[in-house]
Order: sequence, then structure tokens, then C-alpha cells
Amino acid sequence: MSNITLDQVRKVYAGNVEAVKGVSIDIADGEFIVLVGPSGCGKSTLLRMIAGLEDISSGEISIGDRVVNKVDPADRDIAMVFQNYALYPHMSVYKNLAYGLTNRGMPKSEIDRRVKEAADILEIGDYLDRKPRALSGGQRQRVAMGRAIVREPAAFLFDEPLSNLDAKLRVQMRVEIKRLQKELGTTSVYVTHDQLEAMTLADRLVVLNGGNIEQIGAPIAVYDKPASTFVASFIGSPAMNLIETVSDAGGLKAKAGTGLQGGNPGGLQACTVGIRPEHLQVVEAGTPVGDGLTLTVKVNVLEPVGAESYIYGTIDGGGAPVVIRIESHQTYDINAILTLHAAAKDVHYFDAETGRRIES
Amino acid sequence: MNKLRIGDHIVLLLGVFFMVFPVVLAFITSTHDAVTVYREGLQFGFGDQGLKAYETVLTKAGGFTKEVNGLVMLKNSLILGFGFAIGKIVISMAAAYAIVYFRFPMASLCFWVIFCTLLLPLEVRILPSYEIVQRLGMVNTYAGLIVPLIASATGTFFFRQFFMSVPDELLEAARIDGAGPWKFFIDILVPLSKTMIAAIFIIMFVYGWNQYLWPTLITTDEGFFTLVRGIKQILQVWVGAQIPDYDQAMAMAILAMIPPVLIVVIFQSWFIKGLVESDK
Repeated sequence: MSNITLDQVRKVYAGNVEAVKGVSIDIADGEFIVLVGPSGCGKSTLLRMIAGLEDISSGEISIGDRVVNKVDPADRDIAMVFQNYALYPHMSVYKNLAYGLTNRGMPKSEIDRRVKEAADILEIGDYLDRKPRALSGGQRQRVAMGRAIVREPAAFLFDEPLSNLDAKLRVQMRVEIKRLQKELGTTSVYVTHDQLEAMTLADRLVVLNGGNIEQIGAPIAVYDKPASTFVASFIGSPAMNLIETVSDAGGLKAKAGTGLQGGNPGGLQACTVGIRPEHLQVVEAGTPVGDGLTLTVKVNVLEPVGAESYIYGTIDGGGAPVVIRIESHQTYDINAILTLHAAAKDVHYFDAETGRRIES
Repeated sequence: MNKLRIGDHIVLLLGVFFMVFPVVLAFITSTHDAVTVYREGLQFGFGDQGLKAYETVLTKAGGFTKEVNGLVMLKNSLILGFGFAIGKIVISMAAAYAIVYFRFPMASLCFWVIFCTLLLPLEVRILPSYEIVQRLGMVNTYAGLIVPLIASATGTFFFRQFFMSVPDELLEAARIDGAGPWKFFIDILVPLSKTMIAAIFIIMFVYGWNQYLWPTLITTDEGFFTLVRGIKQILQVWVGAQIPDYDQAMAMAILAMIPPVLIVVIFQSWFIKGLVESDK
């Protein structure tokens, strides 16, 4: 069994800076967990604590039902892939892969078998004799993964492994990592600040903000029901439109500007409404509001990205910015005023004070 | 463009001439006998005794006790040069490793204290150093020649700067790969420092080879004389009608130059690499 359990894990640095504030996660055997959040949210610190590279200030981390708080990184049965690959520059690829095994006193024949096997899986068999500096970024990344695979560890830890690659290669390696992880069935914890990577790789996402967990869940569940305005704005690209509103007799009104009318199903006071760009439809002016939301938006910029286009605008009367996804090849004039409609089921409500989701 | 090139070459040629001419002159003069040199000064044409002076200085015992010849001095110089260079590298690498990779109280203070000793060359501390070596009974030993000078602030500084430029992830990867502090040092850090070691080796070898003051103090037994001292010794024979063997002095100067030159020539590509690039 190689499940990983984090129980109220905290990290306090010198000077009383709390980088991780009591995080608890249960990671099942074979699960692919992605820790995602902006820089400084504590995701890397958390990963490094699991790896044993950082001390744990309080709380408990167990790997495979064994508490590892005081266990040396080498004895935690984990393997880590670093952002800058951290290959040993003076060793050949073969030796890079074999180093961890040699240190553990594994017989030569077994090392050889494992290295060859990993090289086959990753298709790096042709350059086992080369030094890392003679390899391209993508190849180095494969070697770094190979070094993790040969160990056959209880868990893989990935620290932003793709952020040094160019965009095309990143997509390719992303698919490959996912395939490999499913094939090997090894529990994995993956840190990234890229929400797209997080969405596509994860069995479950852990969204971190300021050392706290904002939300844990399957990527699509997090996307569909973000637990807070932070998650709503972080997951999804372009980000969810968040508009501050106040309620009056007629329903919800935008706090700034005049271009928002909507029903107030929950009888809420002030709240923040969230609508994903793809859930806004351009409609004829004067269409009945129903229980959804109607916005009037001034077009500022039209941005075609090929398969679709985005309108960047502001709520009429000088309000919040709004992004709308439209089909490609559709055009609108700059400064045109559009009427937009969002169905009730696609509108998210968040508490104006705390930013937490209000279930309606 | 071409004109510029010619100008460059002239500057370079002048430089070469300036550096090499004295050496050539010393070599040519060493082929004359001592009387000619004494009477006519430095010589500009080859003399008739050929390389006899070299044979003499290498094999004929000289000095006061007549028990030390050029070969013995060459051996002493090599022991001093290698002992010096290797010792300094080992000590300063170990010191830099401790300073960079181990968290101990006042680590940076320790570094700056070591660094400050750069301001205190041997000459400043020569009396206490001599006193200590003398009391330890290391006068007239190789250990006495080498050990007191072995700590190197320069070396420690260079290695510290180099170690600090090695990415932390390498250490972390090695830790996860099960390498302890010792293994990390031997398996990762030392191979990475190869060019750095070569560069410091050259500097320190030449520095050790050229030591004059310290060997003069510590070795009174002529069996421990180095080549550099040997030159002085040949010229120190103003007794009665004797004149110094200028030809032999020149020959010995040339001989004393060869090993450092060889070291530099052999290691120069590494040396330049070590100073300008870091192989990480």
C-alpha cells in the first residue's frame, strides 16, 4: 500500500512566516494528485515536506501507513522529478539512472535490467551513454523521469516538471506523464501553477491559496462548482467573470455600472456572481430575464484564437470587466453594446465578504 | 581590418619578446663558462661549453656540506610544489564544503574570518609561525615546509563561490538517491569541481614552487634545499679569488622554470575553463 496521508501539516519558517497552515489530504494508492495555486501558496513547500527536503513544523505525514516525519528522504521510498531536472552533469544518462540504485547496494544485473526497462518505456535507450548536456530539454526531462521510474518507489513527486519546456513539448510531455502514471499505477503528487496542466493531469485537484486548501476535488467538479471566488478565478481560462452585486426590490444589481439585472433566487443580500465566459449568450435586447442574469456589456476588444473568439468588455455604465466566449468568425464592432444572458443553472453565487460559495 | 590584425600581432609579438627574451638570454649565457660571464656580462651568442653547466648543476654536489645536487633540489621542489597544491586543495575544498552545505552557528562569520586572513600574508605572521614549527620539532622536515602554509583563504573562497553556484536541486536529488554528505561530496561535488581543481592546482603549485622565504627559514639542512634556494646558494661563494659559477646559476634558473611551465602548459585548457566557465 502506498497511500499518502497528510494530517494538519504546518510549516513555519524563521520569523514566524507560516507557509503551510494546517493542511490535511488523504491520497489513495495509485492516485494522481495535483497541487495547484499561485506562487507563494505553499504548494512546493508541501511537496518538499512529503519528500523530506523540508522539516515539518507540526502535523504528520505518512507514506504507506508509516509516519515519515523524521525519516530521511532516501528512506521514504519516494522519487522526485525537479523543475530544472537536476541531472548529475558529469554522469552519463545510464549512470544518472543507476546512481540511486547503486547507492542502495542493488546487484548490477538488477540495476541493468531496471535501467534498460525504464529507457525502453521512455524511449531514451539510444542515448544512455550521453552526458545530460548533449540532450535537449525534452530528453533531459525524460531522463529525470527515468531516474524516478527505475527506483520503483511508493510515490512519484513532481515539482513543476514541465515549466522549463516550450509550449508544444509541454503538451506532449503532459500527455506522456499521464499515460505513464496510469500504466505504472504509482501514487503521484504533482505541483504546478498552470491550471491547464492541473486540470488535464489530476485525478483530484488540490487548490491551495496562502497556505490553506481552498478546494479538493475532481478537476471537472472543481470547475463546475468552485468553492470560492479564488478557485473560480484560478481554474479555467479565461477566468470566470466575477461581478459584485447588491440586491434591491427587483433582484440583483451590479454594484458599479448599470448593465446587470437578475433574479435573486436565494434572497441574498450583497453577493458576488460568477459566470464562465462560455455560459454567456449574446441575445436580442429586451429578452425577458427569467431567473437567469442579463448583462449589457460594451465591447472593448475582440480576440480571435482560432477555434473560438473572446470578447473583452465592461459592464455598461462603467462596471466590472467581462469576458464572453463566442464562436469563431463571429465579429462585433468595438464599442457596440451587447445584451448577454446566462441561464440560472450557470450562475454561481459567492459571499461578498468571505468569497465562499453560496449553494442556491 | 587587415591593418588592425597586423597591429594586434605587433602588440602580441612585443609581449612575447618581452616575456621570453630574458629566458633566452639566461639560456644562452648558461652555455658560456663562468669567467667569460664574469668578464663580459650577459652573452648574446652561444658559447662553447654547450649544456655542460646543466650536467654539472644536476649531478655535482654543491653547497657547504657538498651533499646536495640539482636532482635532490628538484625532488625537494617537486615535493613542496605538489604537497602545497594538493594540501591546499584538500583543505580549502573541505572548508568550503562545510561553509556552504552545513548549517552551523556563525558559518558566515567563520567564512569571513578565513577570508580576512588574505590580508595577513606569511611575512606578517612569520615569527609566530616559525616559533610553532620549531617547537613542534618540524624544522628541517617536509611537513614543516608544507603544513604551516597549507591553509588557503583564496582556495576556500574560490571553492565557496563555485559550490554556491551548484544548484540546490542537485543536492536534493542526491539526497533522495540515497547519497549521504560524504558520498555527495565524492560522487557529485568533486567531479563537478574538476576544472576548478585544475585551475587552483596550477596557481598553488607555482606559488609553492616559488616559495623562498619560508624554506629559507625552516630548512637549514642542505638536504632540504629547493631549486629556488639553490640558485642563491651558487651565487653565494665570494671567498678569496673564487667567482660565482654564473653559468651554473643560469642553468639552474632555467631548470627551475621548466616544471611550472610544464604544469601550466599541460593544464592550461582546464585552467582557462575553470576560470571562465562552470560546468554544471
